[in-house]
Amino acid sequence: MAGVKLLGFWASSFAYRVIWTLKLKGINYEYIEEDLRNKSHLLLHHNPVHKKVPVLIHGDKAVAESLVILEYIEETWPENPLLPTDAYERAMARFWINFGESKVECHFFQFFKSAAGEEQEKAIKETVEILKIIEEQSLGDKKFSEEAIGLVDIALGWLAYWFEGQEEAVGTKLLNSTTFPRLHAWIQNFKQVPAIKENLPDRQKLRAHSKRFRRV
Amino acid sequence: MEDVKLLGAWPSSFSYRVIWVLKLKGVKYEYVEENLFNKSDLLLRYNPIYKKIPVLVHGGKPIAESIVILEYVEETWPQNPLLPKDPYERAVARFWTKFEEHTSPTFFSFFQSVGEEQERAVKEAKELLRIIEEQGLGEKKFFGGEEIGLADIAFGWIAGWLRTMEEAVGVKLMEDDRFPRLQAWIENFKAVPVIKENLPDHNEMLAYFKQRREMFIGSATS
Repeated sequence: MAGVKLLGFWASSFAYRVIWTLKLKGINYEYIEEDLRNKSHLLLHHNPVHKKVPVLIHGDKAVAESLVILEYIEETWPENPLLPTDAYERAMARFWINFGESKVECHFFQFFKSAAGEEQEKAIKETVEILKIIEEQSLGDKKFSEEAIGLVDIALGWLAYWFEGQEEAVGTKLLNSTTFPRLHAWIQNFKQVPAIKENLPDRQKLRAHSKRFRRV
Repeated sequence: MEDVKLLGAWPSSFSYRVIWVLKLKGVKYEYVEENLFNKSDLLLRYNPIYKKIPVLVHGGKPIAESIVILEYVEETWPQNPLLPKDPYERAVARFWTKFEEHTSPTFFSFFQSVGEEQERAVKEAKELLRIIEEQGLGEKKFFGGEEIGLADIAFGWIAGWLRTMEEAVGVKLMEDDRFPRLQAWIENFKAVPVIKENLPDHNEMLAYFKQRREMFIGSATS
């Protein structure tokens, strides 16, 4: 079997999506840490379009974009499937993965970078609305809370660990067991899955990194 | 076979993507034209989160988001496949499909904004087109190779909508001869029978886009 390499960055939740997926499927790989301020030739060669991590290199082929990588892994190593077998259920999973990417990453990024005052209030309001949708419509369905962990959980995994740091950096706590009980429960469950639990960046280091990033 | 309904809206390129794929695969469906300024209860019920078209309803079960719909149609009706069998080739197709998704804000901005903001959008749009031409398409006839595939469908708006947008805005993004491969791709794409027979009328769309552009200029400068 051709070798698998993963180009990543220790604080990147996108890189961790791939790590979790590889681990859940028991795939051996070599991890290569990138210095994003001094990108390697390997990274620039294998992801010339975006020049970003993560990049999966399988044999001599490179796949970029974390969600594209996840689908690639799912298809190449079908054991321990992370997507449902039913086409409609798969569509629902892809819908929520897409929701995570389009609404969540964009609006949450606004939240994180927002300056105090009106801009931040607007960002907080939007963030809360999105959390409500996930709480009531995605988890409400129990689509990805009761069954085994899947790509939707993995795609939204940053909510379970990175969001906390963002809230702290912004100085406002939005997600707790009272405000979003299902999401909160999902977060606890998610972090207990061994492949996840054993593969998370150091909390303190991540907090400091978030704070630094916000100031830039 | 359960019935298939498509909620769409003229002249949405997202709507046309699904029409093209259903027709390419010979899937019979009922088309429901939505008035986006007066959305039906059906649409609001079937897509409560985004309240947008297109929505595919198969046997009463709704699916929203055009690319999610296309992947579903691909899996449910495998004839005339849009994606190759090889996982790596599929990843390449998905990469470019995702790239297209990320270009939306730039082209929306090009169409909706004025002044400095628009200048920025024009510059960015040209850079994106350059990447699409050189790295996405390269030497290939289609993004999918010899036949059209998922990425061609995703970029279909460049073939049928971009020129009309440019005309309505009064700014050319794909200046003559600067994008020879993309130009050739446009001709090849529009020559595919299903595409050729399912494109919005240029003049009708121009009138519509001009109206929309006036509205955006109005709200940007008021």
